[in-house]
Amino acid sequence: MAPILSIDDLSVSFSQPKRSLFAVRQVSLDVAARECVAIVGESGSGKTQVFMAAMGLLAGNAAAAGSVRFEGGEILGAGPRQLNGIRGSKLTMIFQDPMTSLTPHLKIGTQLAEVLVCHAGASWSEARLAARRMLERVRVPEPERRLSQYPHELSGGLRQRVMIGMSLLCGPQLVIADEPTTALDVTVQAQIMDLLRAMREEVGMALVLISHDLGVVAGLADRILVMYAGRIVESAGSAELFRRARHPYTAALLNCIPSLSGPRLERLPTLPGQPPRPEDVLDGCAFAPRCPRAAERCRVERPLLTNENDGASRVACHFPLSP
Amino acid sequence: MPLSVVAMSGGIDMNTGLAAADAILRVEDLRVEFGGRAAVSEVTFELFAGETLGLVGESGSGKSTLARAILRLVPASKGSVVWRGRDLLACAPAALRALRRDLQIVFQDPLASLNPRMTVGETIAEPLRIFEPDRNARARRDRVAGMLERVGLAADVIGRYPHEFSGGQCQRIGIARAMILGPKLLICDEPVSSLDLSIQGQIVNLLLDLQCDVGTAMLFISHNLAVVRHLSHRILVMYSGRLVEIAPRDVLFASPLHPYTRALLAAVPGAPARDETTPPLRAPPVAEPPVRAAPADPAAPPPAPPSGCAFRDRCTYAVAVCQTTVPPLEETAAGHWTACHRAREFTAWPPQSRD
Repeated sequence: MAPILSIDDLSVSFSQPKRSLFAVRQVSLDVAARECVAIVGESGSGKTQVFMAAMGLLAGNAAAAGSVRFEGGEILGAGPRQLNGIRGSKLTMIFQDPMTSLTPHLKIGTQLAEVLVCHAGASWSEARLAARRMLERVRVPEPERRLSQYPHELSGGLRQRVMIGMSLLCGPQLVIADEPTTALDVTVQAQIMDLLRAMREEVGMALVLISHDLGVVAGLADRILVMYAGRIVESAGSAELFRRARHPYTAALLNCIPSLSGPRLERLPTLPGQPPRPEDVLDGCAFAPRCPRAAERCRVERPLLTNENDGASRVACHFPLSP
Repeated sequence: MPLSVVAMSGGIDMNTGLAAADAILRVEDLRVEFGGRAAVSEVTFELFAGETLGLVGESGSGKSTLARAILRLVPASKGSVVWRGRDLLACAPAALRALRRDLQIVFQDPLASLNPRMTVGETIAEPLRIFEPDRNARARRDRVAGMLERVGLAADVIGRYPHEFSGGQCQRIGIARAMILGPKLLICDEPVSSLDLSIQGQIVNLLLDLQCDVGTAMLFISHNLAVVRHLSHRILVMYSGRLVEIAPRDVLFASPLHPYTRALLAAVPGAPARDETTPPLRAPPVAEPPVRAAPADPAAPPPAPPSGCAFRDRCTYAVAVCQTTVPPLEETAAGHWTACHRAREFTAWPPQSRD
């Protein structure tokens, strides 16, 4: 089956007065229909920029090379008309901070209905009805009252429910959720993840989860891609990745998650050093300076993402941990 | 006994949370109001020399406000903060300034808490200039260089500015500034929350090492329960401006009594265990926190404070008394305090829910 979203050899760079900085380097990935893929990486790893390129939302000084195809149509270089035929209806995005992604001076009902009026040609009265039904579906209590409230009158969790509802109004093929729970408290975070899980079952859309937290995506993702310094370093099934990570960076990240159960350690496990900055010139593996397994080869030759197990589990490392 | 010995030799009984030494900080009935609304109310606790007290709660629960009120960075409207026998809230400005040498804080946003126009060397040397003015420039430089090495920064960063550093490095600078005078109390307000996972552990370990050197008592505020579990002797749980549970670390994680603490623990997303495929813990049915609506008319009197337990509307176990009476903080076991009307029924968790 053809993937819904197909990213091929994507690089994203930002031009600065004296030089260009690469945020994403030669990333390729596919998202199949109904699949949930998580992209995990630390700040600056390029995980958000990959999908900003996929949404045609890159900043003005950014340049993208490669190819991003949604349902077969090329996104890179597409004009606003073509993009607006896809964005907001078939391809939607949920952002980290629901307060800044809702318009502060429009009522919730207006913002939701507007999506259907603009994208589906619905009348305002139909759209308002559909908006109310959607608020019920995303478990917003008292939906009728919420329609006439402004974003600041809702709690962070409710706002994120509204955002999720908005992203689902037109029956999207793919929803991209960029750190959807990072700004929320843990008890609310758990509820939002439960809602995303339920919506996946009900609506059947494909879902991309962008997160810095492996623990958050663990229960929901079918497949996890780990990014480091602008590249994908490991790609594996969710359970597989937690059972036996193959890239030393993934293993170190898993090891760094402090645990609520089990023995309490004298010292927290750490990953020494700092991630490379975008301006650093990297000949070999970007992780080599922090890697306990690094050898001379890692400093001169960049490891490529392998193809193993019929493409199920892939790792970019000269000396991966044994499966 | 020197403070550091108390800290290291297990001066605190881990079973009861009681220290052999007297409390160095005693917060009593502390209340902080903003515009007539209480952000912190009736907070009472003690901190012992060399002890690390973890303070957890959600955003808006009053954790940071409590920390700031202890240091008088925001005014308290009621209560006392007794630091080694003196009430900080009643101190005259000059006396307070002298005491500040022993009371330090590390903030959440490392870059915002450093002066962008001061070099790293100037920033770290400033407490020395203020509190040890007799020292000459050379001696100061040596102390700063020693501190930089201790927090894991190269000596050549001394003339550079905060914007040249990553978040983790800036937090090291902030910690160096806070620790250079060897304070007796260090308040850490979410010191690792804005840092990447791979850097968090480095900073937590650094704080523990420095605490080991100096014997500083720590109040460590975080919403990350796993980090708090790692470094605290005792843990305070705050909800809606009040302390709802206080317990020694292992007791809190093994047998939390307050329904809110229980919900908080269950909501922490976890990586599945390495060798199994157990699903992560699911959250119990907890409703969303209420929104604090801004008063429509700023001149209007603030609404009457809600009666009863602030958590009752999210609580599966709420009964009639929870609607009317604020539950007092009561000792349910040695060193284990809970503010819940039904806490005594919960000793064998889980209790019968109301439906």
